[in-house]
Amino acid sequence: MLDLLGEFIAELRAAGIPVSMSEHMDAARAIQAIDLANRAQVRGALAATLVKDGAHLPVFHTAFDVFFSLRSVGAAEDALDEMESEAPHAPGASGPGPRRGRGGASSTMSAEELAELLFRALRDGDGDALRRGAAEAVTRYAGMEPGRPVGGTYYLYRTLRNLELEELERRLGASDEAGLAGRLAHDEAAERIERLKAEVEREIRERLVEDRGSQALARSVRKPLPEDIDVMHANRDEMAQLERALRPLSRKLAVRLARRRRRRRRGPVDLRHTVRRSLSTGGVPIDLRFKPPRPNKPEIVVIADVSGSVASFARFTLHLVHAISSQFSKVRSFVFVDGIDEVTSLFEACDDPAEAVARINAEADVIAFDGHSDYGRALSVFHDLYARDVTRRTTVLVLGDARNNYHQAHPEVLADLHHRAKAVYWLNPEPAAYWNSGDSIIAQYAPHCEAVVECRTLRQLEFFVGQLA
Amino acid sequence: MTSLDPREELARRLGLVHVPPVHFASPDEVKDRLAAKSYLSDDAIASVTFLADRLAKPVLVEGPAGTGKTALAQAVADATGARLIRLQCYEGLDESKALYEWNYRKQLLRIQAGRSESAGEEWRHLEEDIFAEEFLLRRPLLEAISATEPVVLLIDEVDRVELETEALLLEVLSEYQVSIPELGTVRAHQIPLVFLTSNNTRELSEALKRRCLYLYIGYPDVQRERDIILERVPGISSTLAEQIARVVRSLRGLDLKKAPSVSETLDWARTLVLLGREEIGDEDAAATLHILLKYQTDIERATKELLGRGRTVA
Repeated sequence: MLDLLGEFIAELRAAGIPVSMSEHMDAARAIQAIDLANRAQVRGALAATLVKDGAHLPVFHTAFDVFFSLRSVGAAEDALDEMESEAPHAPGASGPGPRRGRGGASSTMSAEELAELLFRALRDGDGDALRRGAAEAVTRYAGMEPGRPVGGTYYLYRTLRNLELEELERRLGASDEAGLAGRLAHDEAAERIERLKAEVEREIRERLVEDRGSQALARSVRKPLPEDIDVMHANRDEMAQLERALRPLSRKLAVRLARRRRRRRRGPVDLRHTVRRSLSTGGVPIDLRFKPPRPNKPEIVVIADVSGSVASFARFTLHLVHAISSQFSKVRSFVFVDGIDEVTSLFEACDDPAEAVARINAEADVIAFDGHSDYGRALSVFHDLYARDVTRRTTVLVLGDARNNYHQAHPEVLADLHHRAKAVYWLNPEPAAYWNSGDSIIAQYAPHCEAVVECRTLRQLEFFVGQLA
Repeated sequence: MTSLDPREELARRLGLVHVPPVHFASPDEVKDRLAAKSYLSDDAIASVTFLADRLAKPVLVEGPAGTGKTALAQAVADATGARLIRLQCYEGLDESKALYEWNYRKQLLRIQAGRSESAGEEWRHLEEDIFAEEFLLRRPLLEAISATEPVVLLIDEVDRVELETEALLLEVLSEYQVSIPELGTVRAHQIPLVFLTSNNTRELSEALKRRCLYLYIGYPDVQRERDIILERVPGISSTLAEQIARVVRSLRGLDLKKAPSVSETLDWARTLVLLGREEIGDEDAAATLHILLKYQTDIERATKELLGRGRTVA
């Protein structure tokens, strides 16, 4: 068990969850104190001792499912021995009844019977029947090949495609009545379908573990933590995770910056307050009181490329900068593709930055010609229209991958902005290794920036913005 | 691995003669005894509470507001018959409010009373005298440590204190002792159960997290929420409770600024019971939605999505 725990912790660390030595020891103690045959208790004990951040829990649960699926914990070794003696390819030992019985009998089931079984299981909330149905569906449709190094998403897709989930969901209760009742029935059906998906996914994962062992599988199903997801290449699920992570992140950043600012410097002596305090020491001003400092807040101008490839990065950055806009004396935002448009008013109009960011797509006028990014033109137009607003108190942030589609670069425009502004930073969402390859011309702009910063993940973005304020 | 039992080890460090007995024998017992105090837990809550007791470690509870973090500590105190000592954290909390403070006024009085007597070696007496326990004002942390009867210490909203102040807690959390320079070290006479809650407005320090077990309490699923409603709202029918739980789940599925918490759900359930409703019609829902949602934009959105005619077919 302790070896298994060690392997499990190694996997967590590889997935990015920091687990310290003392937490490892706590986990070892915790599993001595609980009933090892009870999977829920083991999961609870390990989660409590090893994971110290709510956002890390999904990653933990994935790893736990992989590591503690086949071996029903506790008599792990025994179970393994027993299985090997029973048959070379015995089904997993995770549940006593249903899975063992899946061998021959159930494969005679027809497709209609299977659909009916699943429908009833979902309608009545019958967990055992659902598990049986999911097992049958996987045997029937997934077409799993032993030894293939895949994470299971492909099998999941194949199984679910054949199950005709829309039809099932409709039968489960999507009535067409409008209003509250209809909506509730609809949501309930959707949740039951989710349960079926989870069950199928679990089944596939367990068979993969049987096939290839937990360590190998853990490596292929490993998912990055939300703050380490590469923004430019995030898929839809990861994008949703990022969106969810962004709000608490910007709130935490705002709190931290506000505190830092309050503490950092102190203003002139506050005479009134000092005299008031001196009363308790007989009129001797022992305890000096200070006025709060006059904040020295920078002005920020954000110029963001919102063309397809880097749009999501621009959205996140704009969201983050505006969410902490109280830390700056002024924030102005411009978005461009080959035309440029100011979107500051969108952020001022609604108090939720996420909403404003969503409106940018619909309302900003950013395409002048063909809709391919043209940094040179965008910067020139910006310079013509707004250069006199850029002063010694302004920090300019340019967001984009500097892939200019072989248009003119006009670096001299950026040079002039640099001359006027307090600082110019370029945030590039591409890995530094790709810079200056193909049509990327970041090298032409780099000399006119204080720094070109690689910003691929929320973690890097948060760090940079935190430095700025 | 020949590790000593964590409770025995702590008891030895604290210099206790007997190892204080554990409060719970198993996670299931935690569940049952909390349920007897009207707190419905789930597997995670029960096993973490059990481990906290068994391993003598504090628990850091995180999660959205209004999901029963504080209530958990209260329920555990009730279930174990312990006294609940609560330290409410806020920005600017310091030693003198969290740990202890010398009672200056009483010390001054003592000195003035002593003046009439002869000076000299009297002063030395006095000096020893005024830094005695008698002149110590116990704040929650010290009170929890020095209590002789069983206590549950609740450190509420620990994320509100500054990073530096967090360090004050560390000695208490890991060693169950408080050092007072003038008096020496005060060690615990029993092993208190400690709960810290956080609303996650800032990252807590690694040092603090390492010393604690971690529990994330999210929103409950439909069944559990229904059970909570049935338990906490007298006179409610189970169909209504189920319906309420489902409405709330649908609301949480929307992208709202502030999702309804469990306590708001309970308020809503009580309102519907007071109105004498047996089930929720569209009109009732529209009229009482402001109990669940606290932003006008959220209310508009929910009305449109849940009650609107133009429901999009997924």
